[in-house]
Amino acid sequence: MLLAVVTAGETRRLPLGTLHNPGPGYMPLLLAVILGVLGAIVALRGGGAPRLIALRWSEAPHAFAILAGSAFAAFALERLGYRLTVIVLLAFLLGVMERKRPAVVVAVALGLSLGSFFLFSNLLKVPLPRGPWGL
Amino acid sequence: MAETFQNLYLGFSVALTPTVLFYAFVGCVIGTLVGVLPGVGPLAGISLLLPATFGLNATNAIVLLAGIYYGAMYGGSTTSILMRIPGEAASVMTCIDGYEMTKKGRAGPALAIAAVGSYIAGTLSIVGLMFLAPPLASFALRFGPPEYFALLVLGLLVLAYMSSGSMPKALAMAALGLLLGMIGIDTMTGFFRFHYGLVELGDGIGVVPVAVGLFGISEILLTAGLPTPPAVHKPKLRELLPSRQEWRDSAAPIGRGTLLGFLIGIIPGSAHIISSFVSYALERRLSKHPERFGQGAVEGVAGPESANNSATSGAFVPMLALGVPSGPIPAVMLAAMMVHGISPGPFLITQQPELFWGFIASMYVGNVVLLILNLPLVGLFVNLLRIPYPFLYPAILVFCVLGVYAVNQSVVDVWIMAIMGALGYLLRKFEFDTAPIVLGVILAPMLEMALRQSLAMSGGNYAIFFSRPIAATMLLVGLALLLLSLRPLLARGADWRRSVGLEAKRALGEENP
Repeated sequence: MLLAVVTAGETRRLPLGTLHNPGPGYMPLLLAVILGVLGAIVALRGGGAPRLIALRWSEAPHAFAILAGSAFAAFALERLGYRLTVIVLLAFLLGVMERKRPAVVVAVALGLSLGSFFLFSNLLKVPLPRGPWGL
Repeated sequence: MAETFQNLYLGFSVALTPTVLFYAFVGCVIGTLVGVLPGVGPLAGISLLLPATFGLNATNAIVLLAGIYYGAMYGGSTTSILMRIPGEAASVMTCIDGYEMTKKGRAGPALAIAAVGSYIAGTLSIVGLMFLAPPLASFALRFGPPEYFALLVLGLLVLAYMSSGSMPKALAMAALGLLLGMIGIDTMTGFFRFHYGLVELGDGIGVVPVAVGLFGISEILLTAGLPTPPAVHKPKLRELLPSRQEWRDSAAPIGRGTLLGFLIGIIPGSAHIISSFVSYALERRLSKHPERFGQGAVEGVAGPESANNSATSGAFVPMLALGVPSGPIPAVMLAAMMVHGISPGPFLITQQPELFWGFIASMYVGNVVLLILNLPLVGLFVNLLRIPYPFLYPAILVFCVLGVYAVNQSVVDVWIMAIMGALGYLLRKFEFDTAPIVLGVILAPMLEMALRQSLAMSGGNYAIFFSRPIAATMLLVGLALLLLSLRPLLARGADWRRSVGLEAKRALGEENP
């Protein structure tokens, strides 16, 4: 419902047009209204749903760390290049999050990073970003 | 009829030469490799490899590209079944029951059913293409913007109605997806909507980052941190093949998916994408045990996989018969044919019969090659599940990043994937279905364009949707579904969906890992 309100507010910047000649703001506003109404129905019918407090969030810290890793990949991909980014990402996930032995972490990180780069960039010609020193 | 078989004989004499067979094989191998990577689907694969065919003759080039197309379509289902990562939009529905089958140790049968279903659907739809191309193409041309709008509305309503959760929740998710699909430049006026300074959003939000985030990343977020990761049964060799019951359960969905996919595939536009969504909804509606859907029902793999493969052949009907591409992939194929000096259209069959029938025959050959190639690979793919999850999920994450980035070479897509992963995680925690969001993102630009074009055609008169028989029929069916769904709000307990357990399943929270 909150998203519907925000979107409806945002559509004020766009020409609405008319019912018979819709402008670029017409459909988003219509969808925001529909989303708001459906959100209200879901909220009103929520009485029979399990209580929020009953949800277990034991995996949340791990999930947050993985999301942080994904955000790092998005941030670093064109700055550090594909290979360095993947090495750092795998080192973090395997070494810090999963507590694997350093030798295993290094082997997997290097193997997957360099192997996937060779397969997709060199063999399949998928353009992947390179970082400093062409890495 | 006799002439058709004579022509087909001519086609096979072209398609079964060692050189053509070699290119069909190479195309299928490359396509499967490309399709397994999330993001780099058939469109990107064909586009990237198109220049590599410039040195080949026309027949070899088209056979190679068709092989890549088929291979990529099948490859997409492999990651959907094993890792819940849709290779492309058409594989989204395969994720739901395919991955549940994997969790129950039935990954092998799921992959085998997907391969056989794809083969049967592909082959039968080529028969349809062969005999029905001209009449069906003329029917497809009767689909103007009003019919297209009605079809898209119906597709959304069918999916929401047959969704495993409550209909208001599913419709809210579809509305959210449609809203996300509004981002980008409005093609009719040039207004840049909801861009927040990001030029990369001009073409809108891509389907691939949304689907990979909502399905693949959210699955990793939900399972990686569990104290004991969900046990995945490692199948024994004899368990790689479907049981007799699974074959029986799959036969009718494969047949229905083939027919449905072919009919939807011929419609101009990108309607073929919804064939797998509609097939899934249809199978659930027809099933005596709809509560099994979402829990690893083999019909939920057989129907959508057959439909999306059948739709790929259906999409060639308007392209070959009229020279009108029915979507982005046939458009690239059309461009490839034109590069090689072929002009698809009504005269192709009469002026270059060896090429037309060679193409048809090579599609048969490509399907057989794909089956021969992929059935033995089922065991190999399933062995990926033997990798311990703490090693598997980082690798999946890396391939998601790689695949999503590779589509447009844009880090904005990787950001979108991460955001959608977080959104999918929260939505699944609160028992919302995420498939309608993906469908909404796919359909939003087409839906809006069809609505506005229809109103432009009629001078702003909404009666255009009810004055054309095809559009009116589809809208009336959609309205009936909507009214049926409102019944339980007025008379609780009278909902057949509840009586067959569709809502009860979610209430029990069985899907929440």
